[in-house]
Amino acid sequence: MFWLNKAHASTFMPPQGTEIATQYDSLYEFIVIASLISCVLVIGGLAMFVLKYKRKSETDKTAYITHDTRLEFAWSFIPFVIFLVVFGWGTYIYVQMRKAPDNAFEVHTFGQKWNWDFVYKSGKKSSGLMVVPVNTPIKLIISSRDVLHSFYVPAFRIKQDAVPGRYTKLWFEANKVGDYQVFCTEYCGKDHSNMLAKIKVVTNEEFEEWLQNNPYKGLAATEIGAQVYAAKCVACHQKSAEQASSIAPSFLNLFGKTRQFADGSSTTADENYIRESILNPNAKVAKRISGEAFSPIMPAFAGQLSDEELMGIIEFLKTLKE
Amino acid sequence: MSASHAEGKNYLNWEKGLWSWLTTFDHKRIGILYMITVMVFFAVGGTFAMLIRTELFSAGPNIMDANQYNQSMTFHGAIMVFMVIIPGIPAFLGNFFLPMHLGAKDVAFPRINLISWYCLIVGAAITLVSLIYNGADTGWTFYTPYSIETDNGTSWVVFGAFVMGFSSILTGLNFIVTTHKLRAPGMTFFNMPLFVWALYSTAVLQVLATPVLGITLLLLLAERTMGVGIFDPALGGDPVLFQHFFWFYSHPAVYIMILPAMGVVSELITAFSRKVIFGYKAIAFSSVGIAVVSFFVWGHHMFTSGQSEAAGILFSFITMLVGVPTAIKTFNWVATLYKGSIRFDSPLLFALGFLFLFTIGGVTGIMLATIGLNIHFHDTYFVVAHFHYVMVGGTLMAIMGGIYYWLPKMFGRMYNEFWARITFVLIFIGFNVTFFPQFILGAMGMPRRYFDYLPAFESLNKISTFGAWTIGVGFVIALFVIVIAIFKGEKASDNPWGAKTLEWTTASPPPHENFLETPVVTGGPYEFR
Repeated sequence: MFWLNKAHASTFMPPQGTEIATQYDSLYEFIVIASLISCVLVIGGLAMFVLKYKRKSETDKTAYITHDTRLEFAWSFIPFVIFLVVFGWGTYIYVQMRKAPDNAFEVHTFGQKWNWDFVYKSGKKSSGLMVVPVNTPIKLIISSRDVLHSFYVPAFRIKQDAVPGRYTKLWFEANKVGDYQVFCTEYCGKDHSNMLAKIKVVTNEEFEEWLQNNPYKGLAATEIGAQVYAAKCVACHQKSAEQASSIAPSFLNLFGKTRQFADGSSTTADENYIRESILNPNAKVAKRISGEAFSPIMPAFAGQLSDEELMGIIEFLKTLKE
Repeated sequence: MSASHAEGKNYLNWEKGLWSWLTTFDHKRIGILYMITVMVFFAVGGTFAMLIRTELFSAGPNIMDANQYNQSMTFHGAIMVFMVIIPGIPAFLGNFFLPMHLGAKDVAFPRINLISWYCLIVGAAITLVSLIYNGADTGWTFYTPYSIETDNGTSWVVFGAFVMGFSSILTGLNFIVTTHKLRAPGMTFFNMPLFVWALYSTAVLQVLATPVLGITLLLLLAERTMGVGIFDPALGGDPVLFQHFFWFYSHPAVYIMILPAMGVVSELITAFSRKVIFGYKAIAFSSVGIAVVSFFVWGHHMFTSGQSEAAGILFSFITMLVGVPTAIKTFNWVATLYKGSIRFDSPLLFALGFLFLFTIGGVTGIMLATIGLNIHFHDTYFVVAHFHYVMVGGTLMAIMGGIYYWLPKMFGRMYNEFWARITFVLIFIGFNVTFFPQFILGAMGMPRRYFDYLPAFESLNKISTFGAWTIGVGFVIALFVIVIAIFKGEKASDNPWGAKTLEWTTASPPPHENFLETPVVTGGPYEFR
């Protein structure tokens, strides 16, 4: 049917990545069409009346119609029935959206300012990129390491808040291979709009290979460090000289330098200092060039970085000299 | 006729000087104080809106950085909600016309009425202090734990909102008692104008819901300043609890914002179609119905928050119920126009604009109430577009219509009809150009409160920004139309529109105690026979 296709094309929804998304769009199209009809009725009636009953003279007589019980019952009851239908249909979709199959493949998902981390049961970790197999139910166990975040995949029509101190759940079964955009949709501070991630849906074989693969195989320590920096540090720590507006110390020329701290003490930035600052950032809070302390806003990375990655960052920092 | 009236004395020249205004107990003068305050706040909140839309004109930073953007959206939201839309109609138009609609000399507690205005001013001043401490960047919702850990003046904004809450509570208290106790002889409940029914329902919400916000904000302050663990999981608290508390107030607050607007529209439609309202009791009781149901729908703001699925489904169902009385009102207004004698003055244009935009806001509300659909739309631009269609397309249109409608009564002068119509055209078209594309952006998946966005969203954001500038021009012209009318407008007669409610039976502007003789009421408010 031409007009139905037309309506479908004009709903502007993202591509459908799951069966739920297809169901979602059917209900959405139904409501859009029902809404259009109601708007045409109300606004059309309004336009017709105001044009037809335009005031002709100041002595116009108007009809004295106080109410009409049958008419009023009809326009209360009919919307009520439509609302019930929509409610039932919407609830049916919601229940499927929420109930993960028992055999779902689980991925632990952590939100933190301002990126998403994914931890697989095999020990594989990934930041900003979740790789999952196609046609397999995936269940996310979501938490937050700091403030509220929300995990939103438009192509799957799903969303779930990441709440610190509790686990929330979300599931999906992607039916097409491809890349899907993830947004954070719960306001979480400065870089909320940059808290993006990708879901990469691949074939089962590719997924197994990815899961086994060590991403750092064959890389030099400084290259590992550069990758970790790009994924975890770059949002706050610059490689250029410190600006007055910087929210965190610059990494340029940091290694080997004497660091001044908020409590008045100081130390040389050696390997042990770097390691401590990453795993327990608030142990020593650095001062700005102006002498004022930085805000202690960095989350602790204890348990999130492997020794290989820590070593990589340390070696990477040593290369940032001018 | 009393001596003072013979000398041309009215409430404006009854006493003279700034001090007489700042210490007045006259509900009409307090209404004017609110009018000035709300217009100033609106200009500030509107400036933030223009900054936000200009920043979003294209992807990437344009005129500000992420921190400044987050502050702008926080101040835009907090100012528009707490200082413009909530006091907008009740405390300004309601203060002026509720006693006159009832045939009363004043509200029941004139001193408390003045205190409520000072609460708003003091609350606003406290909010301003936050600017010394790097402003606030939490959004107007103050969600924990971000609002606890963010390092700036958020505490001052929270405390300011707490104090302003008292302004709202005291106004509501005054209206409830006034409606019960100060009706003129013959003014039964069913002889009251629908504006009074709407304000009465609103007042109940203000008195019952606002204290919950006050307590919540105090708990938040205790947590921020003294480290009491209530909402922060690091201290053993629960961040979702804050959302329950917050929306237990803030959802009824949505109806505090829209119910009075519905009251204004009922007045405008009858007056300009010279016709008795269709279904008086249905409209009156639907106001009460909306007020009651509004207490049980707060969870629809939390469908993705981690509350239980069963709770979500229940909240979705109850939210659907709000649609029924709202639909009744809309159909009754349209039916009132049938066989009327309709004159297209600006107040009616704004009322028709209200009906047009509110209908779109209403049907998209049903989409959002449907829990399955909500999940995708939640916290996207679809929600932003929906609530602007209701709050701006609804409440602000009603305020503008109400100002033009009652300006001759309040100041005894007429506004310039031509320029008032120009403001309507600019605001109405600009509004749709701004916010309709945002429905599409939301459907495409653009989240709200985003300083920056993906390139795919850029063209619609550009259109939206052009629309916002058009609205801005419209409101600047409207300000001139109103100010020029107040000081230089043609003298208005006592009843320029031929309306039937009691305020039009007295002089324009009204004398000190509204009526020279207490009116005796013998029939309904819209007896156009």
